[in-house]
Amino acid sequence: MAEPVLEIRGLRIALPKDSDRAEAVSGVSFSVAAGEIVCLVGESGSGKSVIAFSAMGLLPKSLPVVSGTIALQGENLVGASEYRLRELRCTRMGMIFQEPMTALNPVMRCGDQIDEVLRAHTQLAAAVRREKIIAMIAQVHLPDPVRMVDSFPHQLSGGQRQRIMIAMALVLGPSLLIADEPTTALDVTTQAQILKLIRELQRDRGTGVLFITHDFGVVAEIADRVAVLQYGELVEMGPTAQILSAPQHPYTRMLIASVPSHTPPARPPVAGAGDAIVLSTEALAKTYSTAGLFGGARKVDAARDVSIEIRKGETLGIVGESGSGKSTVARCIARLIDPSGGKILLCGTDIARMPAGRLRELRHKVQIVFQDPYRSLNPRRTVGESIIEGPMNYGLARHDALERSRKLMELVRLDPGALERYPHQFSGGQRQRICIARALAMEPELLIADEAVSALDVSVQAQVLKLLEEIRHSLHLAVLFITHDLRVAAQVCDKVAVMSKGIVVEYGPAEQVFRAPQHEYTRALFDAAPGRGFEFAAA
Amino acid sequence: MSAVPSMIVEAPAVTARKPGAWLRLLHNPSVLIGALLFALIALMGIAAPLLSSIDPGAINPSNRNKTPGYETSERDDEGRKITRKAIMGTDSLGRDIYTRVVYGARVSLIVGITVSVLSVVAGLAIGLFAGYFRWLDGVVMRVMDGLMAIPAILLAIALVSLSGASMMTVIVAVAIPEIPRVVRLVRAIVLSIREEPYVEAAISVGTPAVKVLWRHVLPNTIAPLIVQATFICGSAILLEAILSFLGVGIPPETPTWGNIMAEGRSLFQVYPHNILYPGAFLTLTVLAINMLGDGLRDTLDPRMSKRL
Repeated sequence: MAEPVLEIRGLRIALPKDSDRAEAVSGVSFSVAAGEIVCLVGESGSGKSVIAFSAMGLLPKSLPVVSGTIALQGENLVGASEYRLRELRCTRMGMIFQEPMTALNPVMRCGDQIDEVLRAHTQLAAAVRREKIIAMIAQVHLPDPVRMVDSFPHQLSGGQRQRIMIAMALVLGPSLLIADEPTTALDVTTQAQILKLIRELQRDRGTGVLFITHDFGVVAEIADRVAVLQYGELVEMGPTAQILSAPQHPYTRMLIASVPSHTPPARPPVAGAGDAIVLSTEALAKTYSTAGLFGGARKVDAARDVSIEIRKGETLGIVGESGSGKSTVARCIARLIDPSGGKILLCGTDIARMPAGRLRELRHKVQIVFQDPYRSLNPRRTVGESIIEGPMNYGLARHDALERSRKLMELVRLDPGALERYPHQFSGGQRQRICIARALAMEPELLIADEAVSALDVSVQAQVLKLLEEIRHSLHLAVLFITHDLRVAAQVCDKVAVMSKGIVVEYGPAEQVFRAPQHEYTRALFDAAPGRGFEFAAA
Repeated sequence: MSAVPSMIVEAPAVTARKPGAWLRLLHNPSVLIGALLFALIALMGIAAPLLSSIDPGAINPSNRNKTPGYETSERDDEGRKITRKAIMGTDSLGRDIYTRVVYGARVSLIVGITVSVLSVVAGLAIGLFAGYFRWLDGVVMRVMDGLMAIPAILLAIALVSLSGASMMTVIVAVAIPEIPRVVRLVRAIVLSIREEPYVEAAISVGTPAVKVLWRHVLPNTIAPLIVQATFICGSAILLEAILSFLGVGIPPETPTWGNIMAEGRSLFQVYPHNILYPGAFLTLTVLAINMLGDGLRDTLDPRMSKRL
């Protein structure tokens, strides 16, 4: 085997004092060969991004490299001068980041941003540079490269911006590309395209790629070899097929077992036709209009003609990409926003236009769990106060409300004694359990989970999903599950509604939709799902 | 349900609370010095009758325009002779400047504190509702834009000509143009907080709007408002001095720093002490308040300190 492009040996990086552990990275060794894609996987806080930043020499001063070497084509980067690192960046190693929205300068034309790289590292004439930029933009498959050179970042979509970032990183033909979660912020169909592009460019140029991700679907899609990190330590490394189908280390096994399967399991029909319909919408619509002071109103249909129904004990999933209107539907049903048309029948009563006063009596019937566990609880109030707020609004005495919240804490598997603590003392998964307890304290008929597990690590996600499933089962609850993650939807939903651009394009039993999608959008969405067709090792 | 393992997820041990914001304030030199100076000046205003036995309004024609350090003498009711040292000199009516400066602190502090309390309370109430209830927003903010366009000095002149010069007039004239600034600040905070999931969660568990505002939104405005209040206090004290100096503020017989300077203005090249001492105290007071405000902002609202 040729000399590796990147070779990391015994890397240790210290964390500041009073952190939860002494080292961000403890003795990690691995290498990336030319023309190879190595995926660094791990949950949040495992140190995977720290490794990527240390290779680029971009670590903040508070995270010093204690020992070890990072060799780029044989040259040690640890302790290299700032000047030397600047020379190497873009010429021999390039990097792409997670957020294409913020990684580009919004007031500079895309061509000029790529040009900056060329001007800093080459002596080429302006005309030659422009030609090179246009050729590079064509290589990342952006339409109309000549026009693209003069466009500003805000005129491009997220996927297009990520392509510009890739063009910038690769324009000088570096031998190493570091990609830090480059597709995490993108929709699944865009993600598939970007992954394909990285694969293609890397193959053509023989670039070594260090790819950071938390998504095992992406790993299955792109990696040649996989390195699994836990608490800053490399627990397992090997070829992709081996790690994904026959993991050795217990942590890897647990992680991979947590990845939901893409095929829905055989589910006993939980809701018969005899079960009461908890919620149904008829031609629900939400239009946002920005009426200018001097006319020129713009109308956007966030959702239109949405008709769904959920029976008691049933889980309906709404899946779709960002901007598809799935959250709009959820927020209309919870009446956090006012729908602009259609009916929302909650246990037979239309609440679509109900005035706030009368609505308050019905609010407890629909409860919602939000995506971001860090913002869903008031940081200034104890979790107990947060849970009893609702029941006390409906006249329950404080003592009884506290009694109920203690029982609920047990139900969501938290210590009831923790009611007096503040949200910052809990982890993300624990907070999400508290939010579920708060929702259940209202004894709702319908529980809406709006991307409730999307912000969680895969192992925590599996636990929370299991909890939701148990609760639905034991309380015979109707659940509206909003998600962009098809794997999760496949596991938890009885019925699925696929939304695109505000319209439900396909609606039916989960098994039917997943096995034989009818609509072409559904098919495109499923095809784009990373790691599809790859059977992950079971527990 | 028995198949489910009844493991109870261990909640983390209570972590030692980080030193609270209030404790951190004590380590900020800017806050300490500002607060100390402000306290001294406030004490001076409160203890004015103890610091000087003379009536600040007493006119003494024989002691006109004496320079600092001049020994004045007068006879009391029994005819005994009392000598006093006018440490800051006397003005063109023979009034003791030191006494007037000490009493003047009262007016400045009362105006500064009342204006900041009034404008913060009014601005907070208006801002909370304007930010939370979208239908109110447009109307209220246009009224605020209008208010913001009124210069405080013009408003004071108009109010004085309508209702006569008094401290109340000055306070109203200074407070009204400050209200829109507070409203804008509070509204901006409310607009961002009302989008927080925990506020939406409170709405969906049926908490009435007023309680949502009180419990979940209001606490987020306190720290920036404290900071804003100090800056309003400083600028109100300055503005009161300007209004008094121009003769449209507090009636001239009341000793205020602005009034003292106004009276000393015509002879200022010959007797600079008439303007020097009240001016120095005015500067010191506003400096103390601004230092306090800067320090408070740095500790309570670190993001804002980077922006300004």
